[in-house]
Parts: sequence; structure tokens; C-alpha cells
Amino acid sequence: MGKIEWAMWANEQALAAGLILLTGGIVGVAGTFRGWQFAAYAIAAGAFVCLLEYPRGKRNKGTSVERTGQYCFTVCVKSFGPVTRNYYVRAFLHAAICVPGGFMLATVLGCVCLGIASLIYLGAAIRGEQWEPILPRTATRKAVGESIKQPPQNPPPRPPAEMRRKRAEDLEGAAYVNPVDVTANEE
Amino acid sequence: MGNMIINHGLTSFILIVWMGINIFLFVWFYFFYDLGEQFFYTRHLLGSALAWARAPAAVLNFNCLLILLPVCRNLLSLVRGSFMCCGRTMRKQLDKNISFHKLVAYMIGLMTAVHTIAHLLNVEWYNNSRRGEYDGLSTALSDLEDTDNTTYLNPIRTLEITPTYFALTSLAGITGVIITLCLILIITSSMEVIRRSYFEVFWYTHHLFVIFFIGLVIHGAGRIVRSQSNLDKHNFTLCKDRPQDWGNVPDCPLPQFAGGFPQTWMWVIGPMFLYLCERVLRFVRYMQAVRYRKIVIRPSKVLELQLVKNGFKMEVGQYVFLNCPAISQLEWHPFTMTSAPEEEFFSVHIRSVGDWTQKLISMVEELPEGAQGPRMGVDGPFGTASEDVFEYDVSMLVGAGIGVTPFASILKSIWYKFKDSDPKLRTRKIYFYWLCRETHAFEWFADLLQVLEKEMEERGMGDFLTYKLFLTGWDQSHTEHVMVRFDQDTDVVTGLKQKTHYGRPNWEKEFEQVRKDNPSSTVGTFLCGPQVLAKVLAKKCAKYSDVDPRKTRFYFNKENF
Repeated sequence: MGKIEWAMWANEQALAAGLILLTGGIVGVAGTFRGWQFAAYAIAAGAFVCLLEYPRGKRNKGTSVERTGQYCFTVCVKSFGPVTRNYYVRAFLHAAICVPGGFMLATVLGCVCLGIASLIYLGAAIRGEQWEPILPRTATRKAVGESIKQPPQNPPPRPPAEMRRKRAEDLEGAAYVNPVDVTANEE
Repeated sequence: MGNMIINHGLTSFILIVWMGINIFLFVWFYFFYDLGEQFFYTRHLLGSALAWARAPAAVLNFNCLLILLPVCRNLLSLVRGSFMCCGRTMRKQLDKNISFHKLVAYMIGLMTAVHTIAHLLNVEWYNNSRRGEYDGLSTALSDLEDTDNTTYLNPIRTLEITPTYFALTSLAGITGVIITLCLILIITSSMEVIRRSYFEVFWYTHHLFVIFFIGLVIHGAGRIVRSQSNLDKHNFTLCKDRPQDWGNVPDCPLPQFAGGFPQTWMWVIGPMFLYLCERVLRFVRYMQAVRYRKIVIRPSKVLELQLVKNGFKMEVGQYVFLNCPAISQLEWHPFTMTSAPEEEFFSVHIRSVGDWTQKLISMVEELPEGAQGPRMGVDGPFGTASEDVFEYDVSMLVGAGIGVTPFASILKSIWYKFKDSDPKLRTRKIYFYWLCRETHAFEWFADLLQVLEKEMEERGMGDFLTYKLFLTGWDQSHTEHVMVRFDQDTDVVTGLKQKTHYGRPNWEKEFEQVRKDNPSSTVGTFLCGPQVLAKVLAKKCAKYSDVDPRKTRFYFNKENF
């Protein structure tokens, strides 16, 4: 199982918080609640948090599972460099974002959730975790060796595996005649 | 279609019943609140949000009742035991307990969202009515009060407070916020990625369920949803248009309201009690003495513990939960037993994969020769599908990676039964598929296979067990190694008679072969491995079984971790 990477949980929590904030905001605006301006803010903040948190970071160890179609988000988030890589920045960003959510009931839940996410991120940052993008692994191709000088000693077509098996008691019978002549390239 | 019914019929039936009850509760309570006369005035303030809040609440009650049951593992063992007569299809349902637990949890999540949104609207509209922003009737209803302040309708009693203040100071509001937060934390920490990789986070956060249930039980105690209690004296069809006359004319006395009786506790008290029993039983099991018979440290950091406990009786393929108080008082870890029931001890093989296992292994390594290991609590055994292995004519066992462990016990036990010619053994033939990336972590298992192979050969029953090894992770140097040793009798990797295959098995071919070799048999397919493989095998089982009971039929079983 290994060391706990708190940022993974913080990411799930923050994404959920973003969705809850967004939903609360939509309810607040749609119902034109008292102080619906805060709800409008919550829509923007929730959407922003969702976009920021959608691309899951890479795990230090083991396989990282991407969210469906997160690649283009990953590229965007990655382009901010150290700002999005550092979890202290995220912790304080979320802490700041969540504050106005506390001013109306519809967004309180999102606000508290985001606050909790911010705390978990802070813990992750203190433990020295960082956001690393999950990028498709570029297949490392082996360099093609120098052109083969010698012709293969046993070129295809080869006999099936059973035929190839050497029988200790009958070494003669185990041998077979190569159907193709093997000669060195005479050029 | 016929194949689908054989393999998934009962599961689908259970799900349909569950969904049916959910829909019934939702619709029933929706119309109860949407049409009920006693709620006429309440609806006047709240509109349809009243019914939209109450209908999910009823569904929530039902699902909170269900959510604890699938995780009572001792209860499930008990039920499984009493279903012995009812055949394996019934018992197989009990192995899907965690899937059902998740399904119920999704329903709780969804209904919580609807319930919360509806109540957000309710609070806002109560508040607006209190401020007199709607029609005269709404204002009049909000102003209703008596000297004891018990027959009011609008729970927001003063003008000064904000909805947030109300939500955080009323019993229903504050418990609602707290238990929703608990629920959110539980859900976010149960996501696949967290649960699989950081089990401790998942495990500890899940214990917020205690707060969740306490909050849930008292959530309704504030009796905030109020209905009219003097319908016979105060007829709203006559009086609703003249709120200014209320109390002054004999036809229209002041309407009186009372809160609904809190019901949630009646729904959840039973499961809560059962779960409490479950935890008490776990504690009792934890206190029982366990003796070490033997501690073996195998190569590649695998620890074998052979334990003895009084009154402990196991079946094949079952697992136990171990708790080592020296490492953590609270953590219970599941381990599949690798011994056969015929042996007088039970054993587990523990691989070093995480903090807990690492600590245990290093503790054991430091022990002096012949000493007893650290104190160990054992809960179990708990049953899974593989105890049905002997009841099929032919068994196909598929182990992937670490998933071979339950089969250690099965293979051993089959061997014991075979030796003693146990009449209970229906099995005539075992196919065993072992898929893994690399074998050296499982050398102990290859050892076991080797012993079995030798003994079977000695008794001339070599064709009883057919096993195939599939190595999925291999590279060029490996291939060369294999090619060089091609003509050796035993395999390079495992030292077994059967050669290792490379790459993944071609299931079509394997199933075809099994069907051809065993016409008119019931074949049990048992998997201990990843979900992806489970889907493939489940599909193949459905595809290759015949509806005709006289022909080959495949039943799919999956182990859960």
C-alpha cells in the first residue's frame, strides 16, 4: 500500500466541493435567493475549482488512473507551471475561494467542503507532495541495431515446435534439412 | 437471453425489487405531501419543494436501513449458513454484498442531494414569508403563534435571522449539515483510487458513519415539517381567502399546526443494533487467544503464519481478518487462508506490500528462535464463493496475481479429499489458470503446486488437475532464456512440469476446450482477480453455457477482496 498521498484525497474532495459549490450557486441564482450575488460568485468559483481539479495528478508510486478525457485539462493546468504544481498555492487558493460561500445558506456546504479540501491540501503540501501531470508515456523505441551482417543461421520457414525438439536418443532424427540454402551475401 | 437468466437472473430480480421499493416510497410520499389536506397551508408557503424534500427523505430512510446490512460480515456468514439448503444461486448473491453496499450508497448520495436542495428552497421561502414578501395568506400563516409557541407553522420565528443562522441553530439544520458533510467525506474517500491505494484513509474516514447515524436519528426530532392539526374545525377551502377573520368568526378559528413524528429511528434502529452486535462479536473474537504454530519467512518477503485457535473451523477459500495490536489497535486486515480444512491449523501468507505488512514482517524477523509472535486478533472465518468449488463437476479456477491465494487452500483441500476418497467430492476435473506478471513473489505457491503435482503423479491421477500458467510480463532476455531451455522437462520459471505460457490466455479457446472435454457437466468458473477480467469471464460464461440443462453450463463466481 505504501505511503499515503494526501493530495489524491484532497483532489477528490476539492472536485466534489467544486460540484457542490456549483450546484448551490445554481440553486441560489435560480431561486433568486436573498444575496443571490454570492450564489453567482459560487457558480463561477465552483466551475473554476472543477476545471482546476479535474485533471488528476500523478501518483509517486504505482499506476495513475486518469479521469475520462482529462488530457486537455492536464495540458492547460500544466501550463501554469509552479503555480498549479505547488500544493501550498492550492491550499491557500481554495481557502480564499471558499470564504464568500459562507455568506449564504445555499453555498455553505460547498464552502465547508472546499475548506476541508484546502486543509487536506495543506497537509499534502507540508508532506512535500507536488502536482505532477499524467502525460501519455512516449513509447521508448530501441535504436535499430546496425544492419545485420551475417545471414540468419536458421531462417524461416521453420518447422513446428514439436519437430524442432531434439531427441537425445536419436540425434540424427532430430536434425532436419533446411529447405532454403543459406549462403553468405556474395556482393 | 437464456444464458443471461442462468447467470444473472436472481441478481437482476433483487435489484428490480430494491428499485421498485425505492420508486414506490418516493411516489407514495411525494403524493402524501403533495395532495394531503393537512399540508395545504404548508404547501402554500413551500410549494412543491415540500414534497420534493419529503419523498427523498423516505427513500433515504429505506436505504440507510439497508446500508449497514451488507457490511455485517458475521451476519452474512450466518445467513449463508442457513441458506445451505437453498442452493448456490441464493448464496452467491451474498458475495455481491459490497456491490450492493455501493449501490445503496449511490442512492443515498443522490437522494441527499435532492433532499438538501429542496430544503434550501424551503428555508428561503419560509424566510421570505416571514418577511411578508408574499401574499397576505403567507404572511398571516407565518405570523401564527400562541403563548406556548407550539402551534405555529413557520419555524422561522423572528425577522432578524438569516437562513444560514437558522440552519446552523435549529436541530434539523445543524444535524443536516453535519451528516451531509460526513457523507461527502465518506464518499470522496471511498473513490476507487483512494480505496485501492490508500486504504487507511478510506478505512478511517468511513468511521464517520457513527456520526452520520447519530445525526440521522436526531435529524427529525426538531419536528420542523408541520401539518395542520385542526382540519375538522378550520376548513381551509372556506378560510384561506380571509386570513384577517381567523379567530374572529366561529367558522374559521386559528389553524393549528403540529410537527410530524420523527420516523427515521424506527427504520434504522434494527440495522444499527445488528451492526453493534457485529462489532461486539468482533471484539470478542479479538480477545480470544491465538497461538502460533509456526512462523516461516519465505523468499521474496512472504511471511507464512500458521495459527491455532480453539473452536476455529474453516472452509476452503475463506478469509480471516487479522488485527495486530502492536501495530495498530484499530486496523483489521483481510487475509485469505492458505491451509486446507483438513489440517489442524490455519495459515495465511502475508506479502510485504504496505505499512502494516511491512511492520509485521520486520517484527517477526526480530523474534528470537522459537518464540511466539506478537499478539494477534483473529475475526472469522468468512465465506466466499469458493467453498462451492466441490459442488461442480468441473471447476475452472482462475487466479490473477496475488489472487492465487484462495486457490492454495482449494487445491490442498481437493488433494486431501481425493486421497481419502471423500464421497462429498463431486469434482472430477480441475482446470487451474494462473495469470501473473512475474512469479518470484509467488514462489511459495509454485512450491505447493510442485508438491501436489508429484503426489498426483505418484498415485497416477495426473489428469485430475490441469493447470496453465500465463506469464503476462516478460521481456526479450526472458524469452531467450526460455528458448535455450526449451527441451528441459520442467519449466524455467516455476520448475513445474507444465510449461508457462506467455501473454494472456485466449479465453475463447480455453472455454471451447473445456466445453468439448466435458459435455453435459456443470462447470463452476471461479475468479480471484481484477474487475476487467471478471467482466470478460462473466461474458464468456454466459456465451458458452447452454440453456439446455443436459449440456455444459458455466457458472461464474468472483471472490471479493
